[in-house]
Amino acid sequence: MSSLRSRILSVSSLVISALLLSGCDLLLLNPSGDVAAQQGNLIIYSTILMLIVILPVMALTVFFAWKYRASNRDATYEPEWDHSISLEIVVWSLPLAIIICLGGLTWVATHRLNPYNDLARIAPGVPVAEDVEPLTIQVVALDWKWLFIYPEQGIAMVNEAAAITDRPVEFKLTSSTVMNSFYIPALAGMIYTMPGMETEMNAVMNEDGTYDGFASNYSGLGYNWMRFKFYTTDEAGFDAWVDKVRAEGDVLDRDAFVALDQPSMQHPVTPYAEVEDGLWTRILNQCVSDDALCMNDMMMVDALGGGGLEGLYNRELFRGICTADDPRALIEILRPQDAHREAALMSAIEGTPPLPPKSTTSSQTTTGPEGH
Amino acid sequence: MATDLTHLPAVHTDVHPFFGKLTWQSIPIQEPVILVTFIGVAIIGAAVLYLLTKYKWWGYLWSEWFTSIDHKKIGIMYMVLGFIMFVRGFADALLMRSQQVLASMGFEGYLVPHHYDQIFTAHGVIMIFFAAMPFVTGFMNYVMPLQIGARDVAFPFLNNLSFWLTVSGAVLIMMSLFIGEFSTNGWLAYPPLSGLEYSPSVGMDYYLWALNIAGIGTTLSGINLVVTIVKMRCPGMTYMRMPIFTWTTLCTNILIVASFPVLAATLALITADRYIGTQFFNAELGGNPMMYVNLIWIWGHPEVYILILPIFGIFSEVVSTYSGKRLFGYTSMVYATCVIMVLSYLVWLHHFFTMGAGASVNSFFGITTMIISIPTGAKLFNWLFTMYKGRIRFELPMMWTIAFMLTFTIGGMTGVLLAVPPADYVLHNSLFLIAHFHNVIIGGVVFGVFAGVTHWFPKAFGFKLDPYWGKLSFWGWIIGFYLAFMPLYLLGLMGVTRRLSQFEDTIYAGYFITAAIGALFIAGGIAAFFIQLYVSIRDRDTDRLRDVTGDPWDGRTLEWSTSSPPAYYNFAFTPRVHGIDTYADMKRHGYQRPTDGFAPIHMPKYTASGVVIAGLLTVMGFGLIWHIWWMASGGFAAAILWAIGHTFNYNRDYYVPADEVRATELARGPRMEPAE
Amino acid sequence: MSTATPTASDMPEYHVIETPHHDGADHHHETGTMLGFWIYLMSDCLIFGVLFAVYAVVGQNYAAGPSPADLFELDMILVSTFMLLFSSITYGFAVINMQQRKTAMFVLWMLVTLGFGLGFLGLEVKEFTHLWHLGATPSASAFLSAFFTLVGTHGLHVTFGAIWLVVLLIQVGLHGLTPENQRRVMCLSLFWHFLDLIWIGVFSFVYLTGVLL
Repeated sequence: MSSLRSRILSVSSLVISALLLSGCDLLLLNPSGDVAAQQGNLIIYSTILMLIVILPVMALTVFFAWKYRASNRDATYEPEWDHSISLEIVVWSLPLAIIICLGGLTWVATHRLNPYNDLARIAPGVPVAEDVEPLTIQVVALDWKWLFIYPEQGIAMVNEAAAITDRPVEFKLTSSTVMNSFYIPALAGMIYTMPGMETEMNAVMNEDGTYDGFASNYSGLGYNWMRFKFYTTDEAGFDAWVDKVRAEGDVLDRDAFVALDQPSMQHPVTPYAEVEDGLWTRILNQCVSDDALCMNDMMMVDALGGGGLEGLYNRELFRGICTADDPRALIEILRPQDAHREAALMSAIEGTPPLPPKSTTSSQTTTGPEGH
Repeated sequence: MATDLTHLPAVHTDVHPFFGKLTWQSIPIQEPVILVTFIGVAIIGAAVLYLLTKYKWWGYLWSEWFTSIDHKKIGIMYMVLGFIMFVRGFADALLMRSQQVLASMGFEGYLVPHHYDQIFTAHGVIMIFFAAMPFVTGFMNYVMPLQIGARDVAFPFLNNLSFWLTVSGAVLIMMSLFIGEFSTNGWLAYPPLSGLEYSPSVGMDYYLWALNIAGIGTTLSGINLVVTIVKMRCPGMTYMRMPIFTWTTLCTNILIVASFPVLAATLALITADRYIGTQFFNAELGGNPMMYVNLIWIWGHPEVYILILPIFGIFSEVVSTYSGKRLFGYTSMVYATCVIMVLSYLVWLHHFFTMGAGASVNSFFGITTMIISIPTGAKLFNWLFTMYKGRIRFELPMMWTIAFMLTFTIGGMTGVLLAVPPADYVLHNSLFLIAHFHNVIIGGVVFGVFAGVTHWFPKAFGFKLDPYWGKLSFWGWIIGFYLAFMPLYLLGLMGVTRRLSQFEDTIYAGYFITAAIGALFIAGGIAAFFIQLYVSIRDRDTDRLRDVTGDPWDGRTLEWSTSSPPAYYNFAFTPRVHGIDTYADMKRHGYQRPTDGFAPIHMPKYTASGVVIAGLLTVMGFGLIWHIWWMASGGFAAAILWAIGHTFNYNRDYYVPADEVRATELARGPRMEPAE
Repeated sequence: MSTATPTASDMPEYHVIETPHHDGADHHHETGTMLGFWIYLMSDCLIFGVLFAVYAVVGQNYAAGPSPADLFELDMILVSTFMLLFSSITYGFAVINMQQRKTAMFVLWMLVTLGFGLGFLGLEVKEFTHLWHLGATPSASAFLSAFFTLVGTHGLHVTFGAIWLVVLLIQVGLHGLTPENQRRVMCLSLFWHFLDLIWIGVFSFVYLTGVLL
């Protein structure tokens, strides 16, 4: 027994020293971005709240186990005692009370930290200045690399991104391959990227630096190496980065994207000085190559009642229906039998956006491909 | 590093009319890891076959076990299957731990991603479907009919068939190790990754057909056990007098019946996508991959409770038995179980908060998840107050229970943490999540399985398990668990995500090494368990281990009123029940098993149909996986024909003559002793 | 029993005293079968529930292809619907005859039921081949995938029911309307009516709303 105990001791001291040696930098609890910091704080608060009930339970478990051991004949033994209304009330209401607190915290925090919302502050007590617009970065997950498109700057970059410290960033996310997840732990929590769908994340980084970003949802063979560096600097530094990309990069047009879309691992950092107009919309609608019908056009046709039997063979007919000058005429040509529903159809075209792909829960919030 | 795409096994698109996609290249002898495994398995397999043949055990196994429809034997076979597959799954875990150690130290390691991805997929699938599920089904099969005073389950043949269908799935998964490859898509195989375009190989098909076939078995078993509890309780056993384990069994099987069809349908949809080109999960033609994620978790979350509820039942029995006391708060325990059963359907979205749902949807599912912790917490308190004013004997099952109560609380806490959506945004898919669910599955299910095995082993075999090796196993597991998974919590908080086999830098090495040491401790614990089995079987006739009373632990429920092991008809007389803890009540009154007045007992006959049908369906599955259409259709047709043939057999039961019952009962050793 | 317990005359009775000819097990077994079959039907109902839900989610995603209005011929569907409804009624007649022990009439009504069932299946095969010729295959759009899967799964169930019916008729021919065979007839009856119910869902949810709305 004593040898076992000394073994336990030696092993645990080994563990502790190993943890100390490696620094134990709990990134999630000490991040550099305000959103991640709030998420990290939430972890701490929730844990403390739960420990209020967890610690006494654990202590009582040990205490009862020791006190009522069979060899302790001094302890009371009441084999028939199996019920106590007051204890039962405590037993149910104690966890209930904790969960009510935690539930309230959850409701508030989930709404405040909803990644779709524009940021209200860039740091505790520092609201976003009124004239500051977020920097938009469009993110595409490919097999197995990340493409970042900067629509304002008109540039793009593979496997490297940059942003301005203390300026909010709005990420628009999609995937041109399988499901993936976009994650910069120091910045904010992760959000899935999905083919044909757009998700969104708002965040801000508060310190200059170089941060790790990566895919956090398994996506196949090259998943390990789907990593990138995320730089944040002041405005001048960011401009310099943009200039460098402009100076070194090629043009990212549709052909270049199709080539980039081929699976590759450990793809080098690749700058693109120029991005073809509308490329993001085409990526999102899965019609970068010419032979595909854009998903927004397809969904528009579906919302109008389908493309009929001819749609099985002649989908090209519907190309560009979302952007047509006179969709009314197009419909009359395409679906004469639906003329009696014209009013409804027109409101569908002019007023409301095309229906997003429906799912049982997420449809209301995951926005469908844009383009109308 | 293995970054070129050319070394992957070629995918054969041409299908041979006779051999399908099967070629000599399908056998991965070029992979050293697999080759070594194969040689090992071949040697062990040959040794087992030799022993079976030498001692002429084939006939015995066939006629007494494989074709048996005795719920006790089927329960034991489930446990054996569970342990075999558990060892396989654990070997996968060791491979992953060692690869991550090497990778975190800056080496490439010995597992290329294509192989590593199969290993983590196989580990998850095997541990959930073919280790944990057989364990809980085994317990429910063995114990529940004894606890309700029944002689068998409602549909004994169906029980045998369910078992062999589970085996069929396990066989297909084991085959994938040596013929072809296994899925690389993780245990839930999200599309589009699991679709034909991104996963053209047979691995995904092995996954689908193994789960399709085993899932049918699980559903049938669920129906069977629900009917058994509803219809076959002995006189006097009202619902509120059922032992808690029986209650949890009832809730579990209701969950099985109400969730496994969803899994079957979901897997059928993706199977259709792969085999007949439907577009359910292809967004380009109107499909929706998020639909798959929702559907699979509508099954997946109840599945978590399918695993843990019976284990809660085991702990309830153990705590009350070894505290020598009635269970505290029986009624609230029952309600807690039912509440958990219902709530488990309202939380599935918490598995993908990060998929873009809005704040209100996310917080709704976060809060429903937290609400589940209320009845769970109440259960924990009830166990606590069962110990209060008890007289606790620290036999092994009780040690496992205390360890569970301490460990599971931590796992529960981190679980609630993950249910807070903004916290989940940073912790989702991280090693924190991995640590959490191993914390509840090892700290809950595995500890519970060991508690249950030690508790009921003497009932099943007539002798106790050796406590010395059991305690070694216990400490191996406890130390190993904490060493292996606490570092993963920390790694998760450092932002390290799951399913990685390569790392950029070496700062994580200390944690991964600690985790690997933990895994070795667990390996020691597993080894000690098998030594415990060996030692106990060797010493089974010593006074130390032999149980002649049928009641070695001073039990409280009906199963302890029979002899150990029970006669094949369980009870010579159907018991009559007057309250909770019937057997404690009987002992208080000095009841003894009767010695005369026996009547003939109606019992079902053994049949080979279960083995044959499941075997034919395995053949069908293999044919479908390899696109060997003649084999698939032949296997299917033969299975259907055999099943129809089986219905023409009307002679399925018989009466055990009263004289035989008398002889069996009198040979069952001394009567039980009255309670102290 | 009291002979086995020399002490405690106040002891409650702890086991059932079984008389040699008392046969509780059979009785248990029979009621258990019907309950078990009900639970099976409920689990099957869940499979259909998932397929209906999937149809609700992707049923209007035509992928710029044909919609129900372009494809379905309601007249033919109406005929096949009535065939299935009538087959339920004729099954009911068969059960009544079984309870009156009129084996010949029972067999006759069962054959009529079988005929309606096969007629329904024939029309379904006709519809599917027609769609296939148009090019509206399950791989053309998510709507067609969901349609073929939902309707096809129902069709497979009817096929299975028809095979079961034939087997059952052979068994009745061999053994007569024994209690065991009667139980099987009742199980198949549940199954057959259940499929009818599902079909009413399919007919109104897929065909009627698809074409008329």
